Amino acid sequence: MLKVEKRMETPTYLKVVIPIVSVLVAILFSSLILLITGENALAALNTIFAGSLINWQEVLVNGVSLMIIGIGIAIAFKMVIWNIGAAGQMMMGMIFAAGVALFLHVWIPPALLLPAMFIAAIIGGGLWALISGGAKAVWNVNEVITSLLLNYVALYILQFLVNGPWKGVKSMGFPQTDPFPEAARIPTIFPTGRLHYGLLIAIIVVIVFYFLLNKSRWGYEIRVIGEGRNVARYGGMSLAKNIFIAMFASGALAGLAGAIQVSALEGRLSPHMNTDIGYTAIIVVWLSRLHPLVIGIVSVFMGALLYAETSLPAAGIPTEIAKLMQGLILFFVIAGDFFSRYKVKMVKE
Amino acid sequence: MSGLGIFQDLFSAAVAVGTPILFTAIGEIIAEKSGVQNLGLEGMMYMGAITAFLSGLALTSSGLPSTTALIIVIILAAIVGALVASIHAFLCLSLRANQIVSGLALSILGTGLSYYIGKVFISDPTAIIKTRLTQFTFADAVQIPVVGEILRIFLNQDILVYLAYIMVILVWFYMYKTQKGLDLRAIGENPGAADAVGVNVKLSRYVYVMIGGAFAGIGGSALIISASSVGQWGQGMVAGRGWIAIALVIFARWNPKLVIWGAYLFGVAIALVSRAQVYGWFNNIYILNMVPYVATIVVLMVTFIFSKNKDIGEPEALGKPYDREER
Amino acid sequence: MEQYLVEMKNIRKVFPGGVVANDKVNLSIMKGEIHALLGENGAGKSTLMNILTGLYRQDGGELFIRDEKIEGKYGPKEAIAKGIGMVHQNFRLVKPFTVAENMVLGNRKTIIYDEKSIVSKIEEISEKFKLQISPKAKIWQLSIGEQQRVEIIKMLYKGAEILIMDEPTAVLTPQEVKSLFDILKGMTKEGLSIIFITHKMNEVLTYADRITVLRGGFAIKTLNASDTNESELADLMVGRQLDTKRMIDDGVNIGDVVLKLENVGAMNDKGLPALKDVSFEIKGGEILGVAGVAGNGQKELSEVITGLRSVKKGSVIFKGDNITKESVRKIIDRNIAFIPEDRHGMGLANNLPATDNAILKMYTKKEYGRFLLNKKKIDEATTKMVNDFEIKIPNINCNVKLMSGGNLQKLILARETFENPELIIAVYPIRGLDVGATDYVHRKLAEERRKGKAILLISEDLEEIYKMTDKVAVLFDGQIMDVLETKGADIKKLGLLMAGIKEEVDTNA
Repeated sequence: MLKVEKRMETPTYLKVVIPIVSVLVAILFSSLILLITGENALAALNTIFAGSLINWQEVLVNGVSLMIIGIGIAIAFKMVIWNIGAAGQMMMGMIFAAGVALFLHVWIPPALLLPAMFIAAIIGGGLWALISGGAKAVWNVNEVITSLLLNYVALYILQFLVNGPWKGVKSMGFPQTDPFPEAARIPTIFPTGRLHYGLLIAIIVVIVFYFLLNKSRWGYEIRVIGEGRNVARYGGMSLAKNIFIAMFASGALAGLAGAIQVSALEGRLSPHMNTDIGYTAIIVVWLSRLHPLVIGIVSVFMGALLYAETSLPAAGIPTEIAKLMQGLILFFVIAGDFFSRYKVKMVKE
Repeated sequence: MSGLGIFQDLFSAAVAVGTPILFTAIGEIIAEKSGVQNLGLEGMMYMGAITAFLSGLALTSSGLPSTTALIIVIILAAIVGALVASIHAFLCLSLRANQIVSGLALSILGTGLSYYIGKVFISDPTAIIKTRLTQFTFADAVQIPVVGEILRIFLNQDILVYLAYIMVILVWFYMYKTQKGLDLRAIGENPGAADAVGVNVKLSRYVYVMIGGAFAGIGGSALIISASSVGQWGQGMVAGRGWIAIALVIFARWNPKLVIWGAYLFGVAIALVSRAQVYGWFNNIYILNMVPYVATIVVLMVTFIFSKNKDIGEPEALGKPYDREER
Repeated sequence: MEQYLVEMKNIRKVFPGGVVANDKVNLSIMKGEIHALLGENGAGKSTLMNILTGLYRQDGGELFIRDEKIEGKYGPKEAIAKGIGMVHQNFRLVKPFTVAENMVLGNRKTIIYDEKSIVSKIEEISEKFKLQISPKAKIWQLSIGEQQRVEIIKMLYKGAEILIMDEPTAVLTPQEVKSLFDILKGMTKEGLSIIFITHKMNEVLTYADRITVLRGGFAIKTLNASDTNESELADLMVGRQLDTKRMIDDGVNIGDVVLKLENVGAMNDKGLPALKDVSFEIKGGEILGVAGVAGNGQKELSEVITGLRSVKKGSVIFKGDNITKESVRKIIDRNIAFIPEDRHGMGLANNLPATDNAILKMYTKKEYGRFLLNKKKIDEATTKMVNDFEIKIPNINCNVKLMSGGNLQKLILARETFENPELIIAVYPIRGLDVGATDYVHRKLAEERRKGKAILLISEDLEEIYKMTDKVAVLFDGQIMDVLETKGADIKKLGLLMAGIKEEVDTNA
């Protein structure tokens, strides 16, 4: 008979082995689905992994967004605040940054334009997150639902802008704004490829928030609140204030990621931005067990999977398998968590 | 069209588009009353929809009588919904996973899988279910002006809408008038108490989570085969209705009798998107598209604001895993 | 011939993590007896009964009911079918349900919920056993005593012949205790057997027919109540003579008033009045005990003083300053210590290391880092606490959930006294602790008193009140019934006050 026993502590090696095995099982499972549906699983895996090595710049481009958004989500999740509105917060960041780039650039010195866009995006994403965060803090409104539904609202605001008031004169009828001025673009690092200096920002964010979350007084408060509302109150911490701050920070980082993406990649606002990355980031965070440095690493891995979404069709494989694989990874990681929390033993009756 | 005619048109559309949400929300009430929150409704609706779409394509052209074919379609969607929900039940009840994250995983997984399966049909204009459910009326007998018109809002609909009415009553009766319903509510309030008198908490929760999934599957199928739908598969077609259903459960305070009005209220918000343009009330499609989501958020906030410090009716043990030997 | 209704032989139960709750336990129950299971907290009484009721499964040993060996599937359902019913210490009632609904929970024979027939059966039972209850009342509307009655009726409704009561008197006033046992005695005359779990010797001697003493998971001995006495039981229970003498010397170092409450009123979590017009004061070097049955406003009282609960009326004054509306943080910084009732959910963060828990109150002080925390300073402080209080822990970065109850309480005590507080609020500080740890906590509190600190000790144990306090305030229904000098206070009078009865003739104890 199998007997389940709760572990008092998870051995360190399991903390590493279990997520890796979970991901491998998810990949295996996806391959199986491909095989069953008559697709070439080997070609798909080859495209995903070998293709990612060749196009490592694109992988890192995705990694940049995932890192920054992931850190933001981790802040909220550590407090057991379920911010799943990163996609919408990211869009608000894009919108605010685009607003600055398009309409305020004449008043801002070129050197300050990018910082101004970032600040605007931080404010935009942060405030957008505060709609759910504020309602949670003040009235205890379920933040899962509000933050998720706000993604749809943000999407339609974006569509409204690019189809209406912000539609570019040079857009030839496409729903998009005019291109940003050159000073509003984040330069690429290499002469070829799209990898841009946003990577530096992402790395800085990861390192800074590693210290903030693990070593600072603020991070301490977040840890304690995440452990339980009562113990935090008992320790004299203000719940509402901390939810406000955490949710703002969470949204602000998503907004920043949006600004970087819109500035570095497209150089204009359009509804085709890759905002699904906001959901992928949730998977990154859970896979990383909310640890900032691990988020940095896992983001690159997930970045490869995201890149595959664009490279798979060229190999004749439905791009949807990449999405499915993401879902499966999250599923198997959750299932794998069980083995880090419990010990399964064979017991003879 | 006359004022009454417009009124009738808007509201019968609201009833029709509110029905998928209604099914899904009833299912979630059952699951949550047993103490398990399932945030995977969106994914389960997608899986119900893709099941209905594939089986509908095959069955409606197979020579079966169309009603029989569509009933089989609904049953298949329910089965798939239940199977998908069983994943959530397994993660939360057997592997003791966090219910919120597991629900999210289910949403992502269900969406991803249905997208993958439905991929080939997106750009295929012939992939359309031509024979869908049809409306039929019970209201013709009532010849009183106005009253008759109002009745037609509810009684000139397709069979899924009528099934939804029946389900609301059945679920309410089951939950509040039967022994099993009493046990169901008890395991969501105090699983320890139910366990102590021999109710199998884990098994019951498995069953109710799966029943909840079956309802969401039917809700998803309604998006494909109901009289008001277009019979085509499309990515993004569930469009957050699963999440709206979760909000609706809170708004209705876990009460099956209230949830029906809530669903139709959200139905109005969704029906407004098309009707406002048809009648020339408002033309900006982007702003209109926001209405259902903004309405849901506002309604949810209002629900919480006015229930401050009071009981919002949430089952006491909702979202909390139950383990007998773990105190 | 059937001699025993229940026989448990050589029972062994080990919990995850390796805690042995029961080992080599033997117990036999006769028809028509009141059988007491006596033992300290953690002696394994509840575990043993949970095995009998099918909630846990034993890891070793045999269970016989009416001479039939119990094998195979045996869960709560099977136990009930065999006529075994248990009234748990924290009631297994569904609060939003009515009494009638609670009766039939889990019933497998009926399909439709038929209120009428349930109500009439309840009335039949309450008639037969003199248990008054209103069948259509919702559980949350009932008092604790009434809820206990519902639990008993529920077991009888299900046809229980062996009724197990887990610490039935913990939540009752002395007067309620007597009427409960009158009812139970009546039930044994009808042929029922009662097992009651307790750690109170006087109850055992007064009401039980036979007594089985448990200690450290072992059944030490079964004796007839008429053949034993308090000191023998105490010996068996704790393995040494119990120390009941006062642990504090008479007021030597009384200072100024430290804490003063004036007509304080506050609500409970449900928004109902929990404290009404509470006034008292504590001086430095004094321990004020708050006696009373749990749930009469104790939790709220501790929370209004520490700022965790808003005060609706009246004022809280600390050393002359009005702190009524101050934040929890401000009150902490005024050096008011709080040992909360809920160690796991409030006093400590289980999944965080001892270091994080050690600084919970003082992490805002600049010596521990203004922005980034000063790990070295924190480690030093934690190490000092661990050493000074002899806390057993593998290392200071270890999660506190790995520590035992006694060590957890020591850590809280160490943290709360670290900054040399002026006032200590202690709520049920010895709950769930073994004898050694209890003694340790009491000695530390006595030490703080000697240093001239003011202490508010909320207790559910009259023995603790007599042992540890200078004065005792009795809390009933959110009101202070009276404040007495502890030394020489009449226990009968305290009991009446706890039941909300003020004697007309003041005996002036």
